[in-house]
Amino acid sequence: MSRLDGTQIRTVLYEGPGSAPIEPAVRSQIMSALLDKGFAVTALQSSTHLTAAERDVVVILGRFADSPPDFNNGFTVRFQPIDGIDAPAIVAAVEQLIGEHGAVKAGAWKPWFPVIDYSRCTNCMQCLSFCLFDVYGVSKDRKIQVRNQDNCKTDCPACSRVCPEVAIMFPKYRHAPINGDQVSSDDMRREAMKVDISALLGGDIYAMLRDRSVKATSRFSKERDDERAIKERQNCLRKLQQDMDIPAEVLASLPSVDEIRAKAQQAAARAQAAMAPETEVQ
Amino acid sequence: MTASTSPLRILYCHCAFARVVPGDVKAAVLDQLSAAAIEFEAVPDLCEMSARRDPRIAALAATPGLRIAACFPRAVRGLFEAAGSPLAEDTSVLNMRTQAAPDVVESLLAETAG
Ligand code: SF4
Ligand code: SF4
Repeated sequence: MSRLDGTQIRTVLYEGPGSAPIEPAVRSQIMSALLDKGFAVTALQSSTHLTAAERDVVVILGRFADSPPDFNNGFTVRFQPIDGIDAPAIVAAVEQLIGEHGAVKAGAWKPWFPVIDYSRCTNCMQCLSFCLFDVYGVSKDRKIQVRNQDNCKTDCPACSRVCPEVAIMFPKYRHAPINGDQVSSDDMRREAMKVDISALLGGDIYAMLRDRSVKATSRFSKERDDERAIKERQNCLRKLQQDMDIPAEVLASLPSVDEIRAKAQQAAARAQAAMAPETEVQ
Repeated sequence: MTASTSPLRILYCHCAFARVVPGDVKAAVLDQLSAAAIEFEAVPDLCEMSARRDPRIAALAATPGLRIAACFPRAVRGLFEAAGSPLAEDTSVLNMRTQAAPDVVESLLAETAG
């Protein structure tokens, strides 16, 4: 099961009928402490406004009177009185429920993955062919899709650099336009250049980047021409790695060159199948 | 301002797992929303909710006049679309990466009045 499928613990700071109001400063402290630890919080004043997924466990936090308020909404509800306890103690009480309900540990994954701007995407499938980690897939109606978000390599925005339309965003990236900022005509020009570089290298960028250290071992070659060619290629790859902003850890974790080639071929075949008019999409 | 005039029309994203939204902006926005004593949804990470296709994404996207405080609107709209629930045209996305906290709060609360 993917870490994205499990039960979630979410909280409600309830100040409606049956629960006394909370001072604004305390309200903010509690919410901030819960959010920092990865728990969603709904500030609520009426039980009727609560919606949740069936699999979720909803913890109602409040200063309850004698009988707890009625939250009969068809999902698991737990009541946690908060009178007299501070924000860290409230967080600790909520965290305890993770083990009890076999819930996903909040914050265990930094959500880093590509997001497609479909208003720009031309469905060219270059991203699908490029990614080695099965992050991309194709929908039933043959549209490119980000399918396995948690397969994506944290902090690696490389696939956004191969998209000719600047349609791939990483919302947590530092720089525009990959962070979702508006795309300028300069950005379009830069992206076009990057695609040219990848074409120059035969499109097999990952294999070449992975291959870099192997090539480096032959740098004592007697053949001067070979040496020069290798140097040029290394420089080119170094620049490419910088341009694509691929973290060193991602390069270090790449599979062998043969595996990369096999993966790239599989991905290219999937992309071709998706684009071919008569073929069935897997 | 009461709950009945503004049922969960505000979504605040805390961007808890990255430092892309300035901490002081997030803190000020959350403080002022809390001080306004209104109902609102606060999520640790909207990106994660989108990846999980959290059913609340669909409920939020269906809320008329939804106001979101998060990051770049193009990214936020992409996240909702990726989760299968594109945002309506009238949804307003405030960008805490670039806007000052008072501007964000003013836009969020302006829509909840009346
Ligand atoms: S590379 Fe860009 S334009 Fe091509 S399918 Fe992927 S997102 Fe769409
Ligand atoms: S939507 Fe934007 S602000 Fe929210 S977690 Fe994602 S990157 Fe951060």
